[in-house]
Amino acid sequence: MIGRAWWIPWLWLAPTLALLGVFLVYPSVDTVRRSFLDERSDNFVGLDNYQFIIDNPTPLSLDTHAALLNNLLWLTMFTAVCVGLGLLMAILTARVRYEAAAKAAIFVPMAISFVAVSVIWRFMYDIQTDVGTVNAVFAELGKDPVAWLISTEAPQKAFLDVPPNDTPSPFQVNNFALIAVGVWNWTGFTLVILSAGLKSISKDLMEAARVDGAGEWQIFRRITLPLMLPTIIVVTTTLVIQTLKTFDLVWVMTGGAFKTDVVATLFFKAAFINRDFGVGAALAVVLMAFVVPIMLISIRRFQVQEEIR
Amino acid sequence: MPTVRYEHVYKRFSDDAPPAVADFNLEISDKEFLVLVGPSGCGKSTALRLLAGLEELTEGDVYIGDHNVSNVQSRDRDIAMVFQSYALYPHMNVFDNMAFGLTLRKIPKDEIKVRVNEAAAILGIEGLLKRKPRALSGGQRQRVALGRAIVRKPAVFLLDEPLSNLDAKLRVQTRAEIIKLHQSLGTTFIYVTHDQTEAMTMATRIVVMDVGVIQQVGAPQELYEHPRNIFVAGFIGSPAMNFFDVVVEGDGDDLRLQAAEGFALPVPQEKLAQLAPYRARKLVMGIRPESVHDGAFQPPDIRASLVEATVDVTEMMGNEVLAYMEVGEHKFLCRCDPRTAARPGQQIRVAFDIDGVHVFDADTKTAI
Amino acid sequence: MAAQRISAQHRGRLSDTLRKTFGRIPLHFVILATCLAWSIPTIALLVSSFRDPSAIAGSGWWNALLDPTQWTLTNYDNVLNARGMTDAFINSLIITIPSTLFVILIGAFAAYAFAWMKFPFRNVIFLIVVALLVVPVQMTLIPILRLYTIVTIEGSIPIIGGNVFGVGSYSGLWIAHTAYGLPFAIFLLRNFFGGLPRELFESAHLDGASDLTVFFKIVLPLSVPAIAALAIFQFLWVWQDLLVALVLLGDPDLAPMTLQINSLVSSFGSNYQVLTAAAFLSMIVPLGIFFALQRYFVEGILAGSVKG
Repeated sequence: MIGRAWWIPWLWLAPTLALLGVFLVYPSVDTVRRSFLDERSDNFVGLDNYQFIIDNPTPLSLDTHAALLNNLLWLTMFTAVCVGLGLLMAILTARVRYEAAAKAAIFVPMAISFVAVSVIWRFMYDIQTDVGTVNAVFAELGKDPVAWLISTEAPQKAFLDVPPNDTPSPFQVNNFALIAVGVWNWTGFTLVILSAGLKSISKDLMEAARVDGAGEWQIFRRITLPLMLPTIIVVTTTLVIQTLKTFDLVWVMTGGAFKTDVVATLFFKAAFINRDFGVGAALAVVLMAFVVPIMLISIRRFQVQEEIR
Repeated sequence: MPTVRYEHVYKRFSDDAPPAVADFNLEISDKEFLVLVGPSGCGKSTALRLLAGLEELTEGDVYIGDHNVSNVQSRDRDIAMVFQSYALYPHMNVFDNMAFGLTLRKIPKDEIKVRVNEAAAILGIEGLLKRKPRALSGGQRQRVALGRAIVRKPAVFLLDEPLSNLDAKLRVQTRAEIIKLHQSLGTTFIYVTHDQTEAMTMATRIVVMDVGVIQQVGAPQELYEHPRNIFVAGFIGSPAMNFFDVVVEGDGDDLRLQAAEGFALPVPQEKLAQLAPYRARKLVMGIRPESVHDGAFQPPDIRASLVEATVDVTEMMGNEVLAYMEVGEHKFLCRCDPRTAARPGQQIRVAFDIDGVHVFDADTKTAI
Repeated sequence: MAAQRISAQHRGRLSDTLRKTFGRIPLHFVILATCLAWSIPTIALLVSSFRDPSAIAGSGWWNALLDPTQWTLTNYDNVLNARGMTDAFINSLIITIPSTLFVILIGAFAAYAFAWMKFPFRNVIFLIVVALLVVPVQMTLIPILRLYTIVTIEGSIPIIGGNVFGVGSYSGLWIAHTAYGLPFAIFLLRNFFGGLPRELFESAHLDGASDLTVFFKIVLPLSVPAIAALAIFQFLWVWQDLLVALVLLGDPDLAPMTLQINSLVSSFGSNYQVLTAAAFLSMIVPLGIFFALQRYFVEGILAGSVKG
């Protein structure tokens, strides 16, 4: 607009810039700084904190290896199952009349706080077959109850009696149990967004393909999937960011005990329980490092969108 | 004193692209209905928006009255604008839409009511005042947009392709209404369109633009009869003018414009002196389809030159027949009498009205 | 030849009919089974919260469905009165409502500037703001806690309680939550504002509207869906927050429901009569909002993410 004073936009932005600067930019920079200092942030220790993370010298109080591996497991399994299941349900529910109700039923967990979620699932996973629903089902099927949140055994050993090898691995029953809770919580989100993306594909395309003689699977692979790719990427990106921030879920259900720690819970333990700000900051920086590639993808997407406008 | 004046106005959107508007000079008098017309991207909307203050001038000045408004905010320029998409506020009803500008200017409520009702009466939308835009038809929305401009009582009305979103029949109807509106309001109208028919029927003066440059300014008839260059000649008039690449042949008193073997039109007496220097030079000859007749039915009082041509395609219009003709490589359109015997594949004698011939320099593209 | 081809397809039609009648069954089965599986945990919780403490420990919750005499309100009574859930509920409201209002106001101003004002570095700054979406809140907590400790203004605010500012204050939480919610708010609103037709703004400017007038009289009224979605997101996010409250609040008297339940879980790990009722109480508000405003929720996600 002609005649607008140069400082007006800045005035409109001022509160935002101030708040973001103080609460997000400054702490990020400060945390990076602290990662190179000692526990009380007094002396410079170079890369010692990062070394600590790599060496994992005190696994009983802070198991960094377990946390990193667990995060990787979450990143892959949680994201894959949520997106896959969401996509499947999006396609299936699109074909029934009670679509909205079905989607709502699956979405409900998103509206509940993680704390409540944790309570619900502690209840579900309880070891006593009279209390824990899952174990009750197991009992009906003639199997022994499993201590879902505690068992660090590999699933194959727990269910199929196949002895695993001894390398440290995040493939523990309790990790999977936790991931299952995450999936229960977040699939509604992926479902809703993927469903919207599905609807945006013009019916004409599918009909043209059918007339051309394509079968359902071919339509899915050659038309639906490629056209859904942008939506799938959006959903996956959001989930990945969400995974890396996962704290509440693990914290309330297990407190990170029994080797279910993720980097976020480990950070909390290091910083606020062990009072070691140096290691805590280093862990936070590692978390950030996981997230940087995602940031770059998002930035590129916005640049493209901005050009269109 | 002219109501609006553009002085050496330039608008550049980026440094490497050619300017959207280049060396735009124009004076518009009071009560004129001035139409800016041209193809997409010619700069007509930009020129309008520069006047409105919606775009900043890169160079030059714009005057409204005797005030230089180049750096004045839109709201202080005493103008009102009707947008192509009407730009009605969706969440306000018609009355509030029309009253919005007045409310902002702190005009007393009674006066606002009077003005809005007056404008609504002129446009015939009194019954719609309580409705929201989404409950209105396209034509009704357009009137509300007009009403919003009228209540402001501005010095200049700016209209940016207001008829493009209407269907054909409504367009014709609304055209007449806008002309009547202009006459009754007596305010200057500056109107942008890509449709030359609208320009010809509505304007007191037309400005033809192409690639950011004014091609010609003049009354509709002037542009029709004396186009200054090939662009204007081909743009104004529908169906468009026929063009032929010709060479001046012959000498002395016997000059011809030769398009091909056996296809040449004699140069009339009064033009001999003009065209003599162009001997053996490449020229472009233009002649409108209405000046090309079926030889058998040519109007009695024209100076005709007959040419044998083959009919390619015909279109029956009812009141006339549009015949697409061919002579060798040359193709042209002839508006024939409805009694014509021209049918595809046939050969007929075509009469060219020599007085309807326009000659242009092939290099400079300007009229001779 | 053509007749042969068509009759071959016609034969396929018979199996099509069969498929149509019975083929839908697996589809329905899968969907309904999934929905049931998804709903069971919540139902389990709900049912258990109405059962007597002894019953919860003694038999599976599904028994309660068959025997309505077991249903009781003792758990809720216990939780609301003895365990301070009522206070926690009110505290949750005190924390959540202002946080939601502030983020909308401040975010909308910034979004408008990004969408419709020209100024240097506009795109760069916007990208940075959006990039901040990915910063994990944890990473900011140590420095912020430090900062808050320094700027803490002690004193007791009437009615709501807590310090004036800094650690153990509601105002500190409001500002923190506002800041954490800004990147998403600005992202969502800027996308929406940018989608409004340019001519609307031009017309308003011609009519004489200043930026503030346009903002309040045109942009905001037309942006109700996006603002509603944002309000829902922010409300839910702050209502469910555990971490920020855990770190910045400190004072157990000021604890919102999340903190309260968390401490109950740690102290009463298997004391389900307390936990189930408490958890369900904390769910009522978000679930209520979700069901009442479902429409805006979905539209909001779409407006923010699936645009192009």
